[in-house]
Amino acid sequence: MLTKRLVPCLDVKEGRVVKGVQFVELKDAGDPVELADYYDREGADELVFLDISASHEGRKTMVDVVREVAGKLAIPFTVGGGINSVDDMRQILRAGADKVSLNTAAVKNSGLIAEGADFFGSQCIVVAIDAKWDDQLQSWRVYTHGGRNETDLEVTDWAKEVVRKGAGEILLTSMDQDGAKTGYDLALTRAVNEAVTVPVIASGGAGSLQDFSDVFLEAGADATLAASVFHYKETAVSEVKDELRKQGVNVR
Amino acid sequence: MIAVVDYGMGNLYSVSKALERLEAPYIITEESHTLASADGLILPGVGSFKDAMAILREKNLDATLKQLVEGGKPLLGICLGMQLLFSESEENGVTQGLQLLPGKVRHFPGKTRAGIQYKVPHMGWNYLQYRQPTHVIVEGTDEGHAYFVHSYVVHADTAEVVVATADYDGDVPAVVGRNHIFGTQFHPEKSSTLGMQMLSNYVTYVKERQVQTSDSL
Repeated sequence: MLTKRLVPCLDVKEGRVVKGVQFVELKDAGDPVELADYYDREGADELVFLDISASHEGRKTMVDVVREVAGKLAIPFTVGGGINSVDDMRQILRAGADKVSLNTAAVKNSGLIAEGADFFGSQCIVVAIDAKWDDQLQSWRVYTHGGRNETDLEVTDWAKEVVRKGAGEILLTSMDQDGAKTGYDLALTRAVNEAVTVPVIASGGAGSLQDFSDVFLEAGADATLAASVFHYKETAVSEVKDELRKQGVNVR
Repeated sequence: MIAVVDYGMGNLYSVSKALERLEAPYIITEESHTLASADGLILPGVGSFKDAMAILREKNLDATLKQLVEGGKPLLGICLGMQLLFSESEENGVTQGLQLLPGKVRHFPGKTRAGIQYKVPHMGWNYLQYRQPTHVIVEGTDEGHAYFVHSYVVHADTAEVVVATADYDGDVPAVVGRNHIFGTQFHPEKSSTLGMQMLSNYVTYVKERQVQTSDSL
């Protein structure tokens, strides 16, 4: 049986990890390689690097970061943010990433998912979906551009569509819960998980230890993504895993 | 020196970086004479069985590998590289493999016998159960988790070649081996400490074998 995965997410800007990471053990809390190594030792199952560089130079630097991280890290990692073409994917994967994550580019051109899956295999292609509940429509809508633009796509329909196109995994972020630290969006996660046959990574809302077991046990998530709870050391990966084990969740 | 077979179908970077971490000298090559002069081979692989065999054949690497391995050169196949060691695969139509180990590669059914759907690919961390705990690849390690990504599974003709399995609605051969031919279905270079130990076991095996071979000359 597969274990449930814990996936810390690091925001990288111009080659440096941002978001006020607070680790006393690290010499340089902004160094992606040092942080990656730290999380590997802590028992993280996978890492996600989200490139939030605004400049062209920043993007180029990301490839160097990927290369360096791949040289040190003995767990899989995904790179997302600003990937717009098969060529972007190739650069990142060749530099040693295991998967790439597509978001806005996939909405703009869903053919990109199929192209990527054809070239590199479905297992390399993660589609990130930013979802927000619409009270009027009584359903979740897909947002793009880092949550700024609403689309007319319904989330479970879009999830099915990306899997048909060849996505191997879905990274599902609840915009309603993101940053609130009141727990993952269980209804959203359950709805998407039931709609597709690929793994679903739940993201947005982790605050307490209970939040992790809830989304695994009640919503059937395959993995959880978390950023701030790990960065600020409110919770250690190992601590979450101990708690999950106690609650009967199969973890590494 | 270990030669990593470069045929355009593998994440060569992560395998070679893992070898660097183990301080194992290596070369990435598709040249038969370089492969022939190496002490051991690693066959990585990501992608489809059919495409991989087509490229190996086009470059005449299938014959080279078979000849070298049958002549006693150690080989470790990783992921698709392990599947290629077997007789055939049904991925995108039946394709013959390198036929170094007996067995066939089939798609995960995606449904249990009771009709319950499960997710394919088998992707993530799964627990390894050792069937042959003293085998050279797993020797000195404890059963633990390894990182898998695959949609096809080996059905070995004989339990004799199955060193470790993982459970995914049935036994999934995870480490296979016979004599100097080995394979891991998971990615040892992505399987944290346990994976690195197994890779290190292979590197040590190649080194020791080289000493023995040169002693006997």
